[in-house]
Formats: sequence, C-alpha cells, structure tokens
Amino acid sequence: MTLQLVLLIAAALFSVGLYGTLSQQVVVMVMMGIEVMLNAVILAAAAVWWFLAPTPDGQTLLLVVIAAMTVEMAMGFAGAIVLHRSRNSDMTDSATDLAG
Amino acid sequence: MLEAILFWLFGVVAVASAVAVFRTDSMARASYALAVSFIAVGAIVVQVRLDYIGLIIVLMMVMEMAIMAVFMVMFMGMNPALMPMDMTHDKRRSVLFSVVVFAVLAAAAVLIPWPARTGSPPSDTIESLGNTIMSSKMLVMLTISPVLFATIVSALVLANPRGRYDRYGDGLDRRIPEDPQRGGLGR
Amino acid sequence: MGDLPATPALISVLVVPAGVVLLALLAAAMNGALDARAAGRPAASGVAVPLVETARLLRQQRRTLAGADSVLWRIGGAGLVVAALLKVLVVPVGAVSFADIPAGIVWFNAMDVLLWALWWMLGWGANSAYSLIGGYRFLAQALAYEIPLMFALTGPAIGAGSLDVTQVAAAQHDLWFIVWMPVAFLVYAASVVAFAVWGPFAAPAGTDAVSGVLVELSGPDRLVVLAGRYALLVAGAAFAVPMFLGGGAGPLLPAWAWVLVKTAVLLGVFVGARRLFPAIRPDRLAEVAWVVVVPLVLVQLLVIAVLAAVGRS
Repeated sequence: MTLQLVLLIAAALFSVGLYGTLSQQVVVMVMMGIEVMLNAVILAAAAVWWFLAPTPDGQTLLLVVIAAMTVEMAMGFAGAIVLHRSRNSDMTDSATDLAG
Repeated sequence: MLEAILFWLFGVVAVASAVAVFRTDSMARASYALAVSFIAVGAIVVQVRLDYIGLIIVLMMVMEMAIMAVFMVMFMGMNPALMPMDMTHDKRRSVLFSVVVFAVLAAAAVLIPWPARTGSPPSDTIESLGNTIMSSKMLVMLTISPVLFATIVSALVLANPRGRYDRYGDGLDRRIPEDPQRGGLGR
Repeated sequence: MGDLPATPALISVLVVPAGVVLLALLAAAMNGALDARAAGRPAASGVAVPLVETARLLRQQRRTLAGADSVLWRIGGAGLVVAALLKVLVVPVGAVSFADIPAGIVWFNAMDVLLWALWWMLGWGANSAYSLIGGYRFLAQALAYEIPLMFALTGPAIGAGSLDVTQVAAAQHDLWFIVWMPVAFLVYAASVVAFAVWGPFAAPAGTDAVSGVLVELSGPDRLVVLAGRYALLVAGAAFAVPMFLGGGAGPLLPAWAWVLVKTAVLLGVFVGARRLFPAIRPDRLAEVAWVVVVPLVLVQLLVIAVLAAVGRS
C-alpha cells in the first residue's frame, strides 16, 4: 500500500466519475458521477495525509470535502425538483436554455 | 500482509462498483452500487488510521444513497424489474476524455517525486482532530456552519412548491397554515 | 488498523451470533406470551410460539414475484440480522470486547444507518405496491428519528470524553449516565424501537398496508426478516448497557452476567412497549421530531456539556 497505488486507484475512480458526469442524461445520474469524483478526492486526500504529512490539521480538509459533498447533493436534488416541476423532465438536455 | 490484501480488495471493489453505477440496468441498483463504492473508500480511509472520518464517510454516504434512491424512483418512475437502459449522450467523447484524464492523473501519480513523510501520525487521531477543529482550525467550522445552514434554507425554498401566501392566505392572516399534509403538532 | 488476534475473532464469530439468536428467541417468546394473554389464553401457551413459527416458516415454500429485484430483496432481508450482529460487536461483554474500535459509537451509528438502505431495499425489491409503501414509510420515520438519535449518542460521548464504548462504560463508575441523561436515553430507546420497526413505530410493517414490507415474504425469507426485527431490538438493548447503564458494573455477579441481565431487562421493556403505545404515523412523526424532540435533545446536550466541563475542571 504505497502512495502511488492509492493515487492510482483514486485516479481510476475520478475518471469513472468523469465519464459518468459527462455522458449521463439524467440529472441524478450526473450527480452520482460528481459523487464518485468527490469520492476519489477524499481517497487521494486521505492517502496524501497518511503518506506525506500525517498532522492533525490535514484531517480538516477531509471534513471540508465531506461537507462540500453534502451541500452538492442537497442543492442538486433541490435543482432537480425545480426542473422536474417546471419542465416535467429529468434530463439535462431539457435544461439547456442558456447554451449556445 | 493482511493489510495489503484488504487494501487491494477494497480498492478493486471501489472501482468496480463505481463502474457498475453507470452500467447497471436498475436505478436502485445504481444508487446502492455507489453506496458500496463509498463503503470501500471509507474502509481504506479507516485503514490509514482515520477511524472517525472513515466511519463518517460510510454513515453519511449510505444515508445519502438511501435518499438518492427515493429521488431516482420519484423522477424516473421505474419499477424493480431490470430493464436495459442507456440514457447517455456523447458517449464516445466522454469515454475518450475520461481515459485521457486517467492517463494524465496516473502518470502524475507515478512519476512525481513525492517528498518524504514529515512528522508522524498522532496516536489518537480522533482526539487530535477534535482539538484541531476546536482550536487552530475553528475558522473552518465557523465557515461550514453558515454554509450548511444556507444550504438547508435554500434547498427548502427551492423544493417547496407552496409559499407563504399559499399557506397563510393572501393577507397572511390565517391562524393555522393550510397544508395538504398536516403535521403531528397540529400547527 | 490494530491487529485482531485470531482467538477473539474466532470466538466472536461463534459466540456473538449465538448470544443474539438466544436473546432474540427469548424476546419472541415474551412477545408470544403477551399476545396469548391479550387473546385470553394462558401466557405459557404463547412461550413456544417462536419455535413453532420457526419450524413452520422453515418448511414453508419460498415465493418470488415477476420482475422482483431478487438481489436487493434478499440482501435487504438477510442484511437485518447481519446489521444487528455488526452492532453488537462493539459492546464490551465483561472483560472481552470483540471489536474495541476507537470510534465505537460512530460504528454503531453507521450500522444503524445501514438499516435505512436495508429496509428500503426490502420494500423495493419485492415489486409490490404495499411492500414499497412500507419501505417508504420506514424512510419517512428514519428521517424523523435519526437526527435525535445522533445527538443522543453524542451525549454519553461528551460525558465520558471519548468515542470508545469501553471507556464510556468505564466512565460510569460513580453514576450511571441514565440518571443524568434521561432525555438522551429516552430518545435512544425510541430510536431502537423505530429502527427495529416494532411497536408504535411498526407502520412500515403495519396492518393498514397489508403488513407493508412483510407482505410478499414467505418461508425462510420471512423467518430471516422477523428474526432480524428481534435481533435489532437485542442489539439496541445490548448497546444501551455500556452507554447508559454502566456496562458490567454491579455487585455479586461477574461483569458479563450483568451485561446479559441488563440487556435482558431492557429487551423486556422494549418488547412490552409494543402494547403500551398506539401506532404512530410517519408523516405526523416528522413535525414532532424536528420541532420538539431535536431542541429537547440539544438542551440535554448543553446540560451534559456544562456538567462534564464543570466536573472535569
């Protein structure tokens, strides 16, 4: 269990999450992709903490990332509800008003 | 030895279930595949002696996945039967992009000359975390609190279909608010 | 991660499930006796009900439905007993602690959040309307009790200054926590009854939804879920012992015997509570929980924190 191995797994998780975020049409699935990416960030941060600088201060970064994940989920679901209520759809493709 | 085996097990499970999230045929299974991925990452975080944070990850993420499954079913109205579904756009470009990103990140992880470890881990990580967030890093907690509160308020405002005037009448003069579901306190 | 020596791990794999199953059978026997008395028959005739039901359900035919999500359904059913066993692992029985995790209280909390996923999967997997209603009722109820439960579990941690269950038990050597944390204990007890879908909180398996999550279960699947409910009550009662009831402290008997006695007494209270309260509707519970119970628990935490700070200085 070396730093490089853990970071490799985190990189794999991050790219799987990126694939999901970019390719999924449903808002909730896009959020799941973002969750997987944040999961990878948490893993990488924990690995860097342990292998490079295991000071108490570094753990706060993990708490911040977890709080960010919570906020993202809450606001994402609220946005998905509003989108569903006004457009009666759950696809990101029907929310492209400002694009182009 | 046991530690290495456990780490590989959790790592493989984490990546495999993350892939399964986007490949499976059922919404509920996608949510819980993501939950399994989080549990595996939480287990690895526990392995690097961050007990509290690892358990918190497992706790919060399983709870969020349970709620997410409810939202999935609400929006997509699927039944438990497994139906092949592929709701993607730009699939080839996304695969290409994510492969490129993985190559870059993996190259960075392997090729960067990481410095040596500075310091040693505290003997009681939980107590040191508590001391840190209450003394030297209290600003972090002070910032997160209003952010979380603002999240609660704004999410409720966005999600609630009925505003004050729907509940209390046009003059805001109804004594008891009119809700389709009355609460337990009869307010 | 600390290294687990092989012998306690082996013992825990055998002893913990045996103990939980035994206590669950006792709880079911007590429930059967109470049911018999309420139906007018002598109480002793109801004591053998769990064994009779086990034999009957083991022979009964299993069933499934078209389009049922078998993987999630069976995981939800079998997972209840597994979650109960995982919860009991952190309870110190006398001098032996099967898994002395430094954050034992958070471990218990994480395992009871697993129940959110498991009860919902049990309701969803059956591809049946009433079953799904039961699963959703559980989530509605869980949203109501989870925040008070989390705060209530923090109470003994503040009182003892540690998240380790063994240390929380040891910190009660002069006064048990239940005496000066009554609100936290009541909220904890209510949450145990709620996550076991028992008594007043049995709406997910309620008779008005054709027994909700239990409707499509039959045979060994039903047996596992019914056993899981009792096992969850046992796990909740067992965890309350080091948290609020002083662990293994007591005269005459050895520590492990006191843990078992206290668990059995609390388990009896939980089983009896089914007959004392009417069923609570989950939608009505939400407002009560968030508007009344959460402030009460926060005030209790304030009192605990002040007393702990004064006591320690």
